[in-house]
Amino acid sequence: MDTSAGSKGFAVKTAGLTRSFGSLTAVNHVDLAIPYGEIYGLLGANGAGKTTLIKMLTTLLAPTSGDAEVGGFGVTLSPAQVRGRIGYVPQLLSADGALTGYENLVLSAKLYGLPHAQRNARIGEALTFMGLADSAKKLVKTYSGGMIRRLELAQAMLHRPTILFLDEPTIGLDPMARHSVWDRLRDLRHDYGMTVLVTTHDMEEAEALCDELAILHAGRVAVVGTPAGLRAGLGAGATMDEVFAHYAGGGISESGNFRDAVQTRRTARRLG
Amino acid sequence: MDRFLRESAAIAQVELIKLLRDPTEMVSRAVQPVLWLVVFGQVLAHVHGIYTGDVGYLAFITPGILAQSVLFSAIFYGIAVIWERDLGVVHKLLVSPARRISLVFGKAVSAGFRGLVQAAVIYLVAFFMHITLRQEPQAIFGVLAGVLLGSALFSTFSLIIACIVKTRERFMGIGQLLTMPMFFASNAIYPLDIMPGWLRVVAQLNPLTYLVDALRGLMIVGGKSVHGYGVDFAVLLTTFVLLLLIAVRLYPTLVE
Ligand SMILES: Nc1ncnc2c1ncn2[C@@H]1O[C@H](COP(=O)(O)OP(=O)(O)OP(=O)(O)O)[C@@H](O)[C@H]1O
Ligand SMILES: [Mg+2]
Repeated sequence: MDTSAGSKGFAVKTAGLTRSFGSLTAVNHVDLAIPYGEIYGLLGANGAGKTTLIKMLTTLLAPTSGDAEVGGFGVTLSPAQVRGRIGYVPQLLSADGALTGYENLVLSAKLYGLPHAQRNARIGEALTFMGLADSAKKLVKTYSGGMIRRLELAQAMLHRPTILFLDEPTIGLDPMARHSVWDRLRDLRHDYGMTVLVTTHDMEEAEALCDELAILHAGRVAVVGTPAGLRAGLGAGATMDEVFAHYAGGGISESGNFRDAVQTRRTARRLG
Repeated sequence: MDRFLRESAAIAQVELIKLLRDPTEMVSRAVQPVLWLVVFGQVLAHVHGIYTGDVGYLAFITPGILAQSVLFSAIFYGIAVIWERDLGVVHKLLVSPARRISLVFGKAVSAGFRGLVQAAVIYLVAFFMHITLRQEPQAIFGVLAGVLLGSALFSTFSLIIACIVKTRERFMGIGQLLTMPMFFASNAIYPLDIMPGWLRVVAQLNPLTYLVDALRGLMIVGGKSVHGYGVDFAVLLTTFVLLLLIAVRLYPTLVE
C-alpha cells in the first residue's frame, strides 16, 4: 500500500475546487480534506454536485478553477499518477454485460498493467472477496444488481488502489445486497487500508457506514462532521434525515426554527 | 510501446470476444453488400449502363461494395461508443491509467475484425456469382491490409463524430448524412472519369476513393490501381493517423 505520498496524511484534499457548466456552477469552491483510511460520505440533494465533484477527483472532468490532490498528486498536473492510485465505481452499472465476470476483471487487470504472473491470483482473490467465485464464468447480463455492484467493486479493487470512489454504490439494491456491499467496503478498509469516498441518498447508509460526512448544497459544502456530531449539532434526538433536510434541503434555512421543530417532534413522539 | 500494444490488445480482444459470442449483428450487416452485388450489380451489368473498360461491371463494383460495407459497418462504431458512455463503460476505461491512445487505437483495431468478416462475405458471394477475383497470396494480403486500415480509419472518424454530437439521436441523423454522400461521392460504383468535374474533385478528397482504388487493383483480375498502391496506402495511413490524434483529444470529453 502506498499511503505515504505527501499531502500531509490526506487521501483527498481540495482547495477552492470549482466546476461550471455555462452559467451553472455545479461545484463551487469546495474545500475538503479526507484522511487516509476513512470511509467518507458525500451527501446532497439531486443536482447538488456530488457526481461532478467525484468526476473531478477521478480526473474525468477538468476543474474550472481550484485544484485537488488525490493520493498526494494533483488531478490536473499528474492525472496519470492519480489514476494509478484510485478505483472508481460510476453511478451507472458499468460492468460489460456481454462479457463474463472473469473477462471483465481480466480487462481491468490489463488496463491497470498488473503483471501477468500476478493476474490470475489477484482476480481469484477479488472474486472470492466479493463472493463471486461461483459466477465468474457467467455472463454479467445474467447477474443480479447486487452481484454487478460487487463485480464492479472487484474491478475497482483489483489493483489495490489507495482510494476508492463510489458514486451511489447501493442504489437500487435490496437490503441484503446493500448490507453485503457495506461489509465488503469495511473489509477493504480493514484488510487493505483503503480510503473510501462514497455518495449516497440513503441516510441509514451514511450513518452506519461513514466515519465522516460532507453535505453539499447547490455546489457548496454546507457542513462537515461525523454522523453523531452532525446529529448532536442539530439538537438531541435529531435523526440523520433531519440533518440532511436541514443542510441539503434548503427549505428550512433558519437553524433555530429547525431545532425547535426537532424538539417539538421529539416531545410529540415521547408523548404519543 | 510495449504498454501501448498490450493495452490496445486488451481492448481489441474484448471486442473480438463479444463479436464471436453474438455474430447475429455481423450476419445482418452482410445482407446489404450481398443485395448491392446481386441486385444492383447484376442489373447494371446487364444493361451495360456504365462503361468500365475491359473489366466487367460486376467485377468492377465488387471492390467498391467491399469498401462500402467497410465504411457502413465502421460508421456504427460511434453509436456503440455513445452507448458505452451511457452505460458508464467509457468512464471506467478513462479512470484507468491506460493511455488514451491505446483505448482509441484498440477500438479502431476491433473495427477491423468486422471489416475482415465483410471481406470474407464479399469473396464468398463473388465466388458463387462466378466473379473471378485475384487469388495470389500477396493480393489477398493487400486486400486484408486495406480493409483493416479502412475500418480503422472510418471507425475513428465515427468516434470523432460521436464525441462531437454526444447523443445517439443526433448521431443517427449525422451518420446518415455523412455515409451516403461519402459513398456516392467516391469511385465505388462508377469510375472517376465519368464524373462531372466538381464531383471528381470531391471524390479525390474522399478517403473511400483511395480504399476502393487500392482494392480494385488488388481484387480484380487484370485490374489496376489508378493512383498506385503507394499513394493509396499513404493517403489512408496519413488520414488514419490524423484522425487518431484528433480522437485521442476528443474521447475524454465524452464523459464530461
Ligand atoms: N455535463 C454537464 N453539462 C451541463 N450541466 C451538468 C453536466 N453535468 C452535471 N451538470 C449539472 O450540474 C449539477 C450537478 O450535477 P451532479 O450530477 O454533480 O449532481 P449529483 O449531486 O450527482 O446529483 P444526483 O444525486 O442526481 O446524482 C446539476 O444541475 C446538473 O444538471
Ligand atoms: Mg450523481
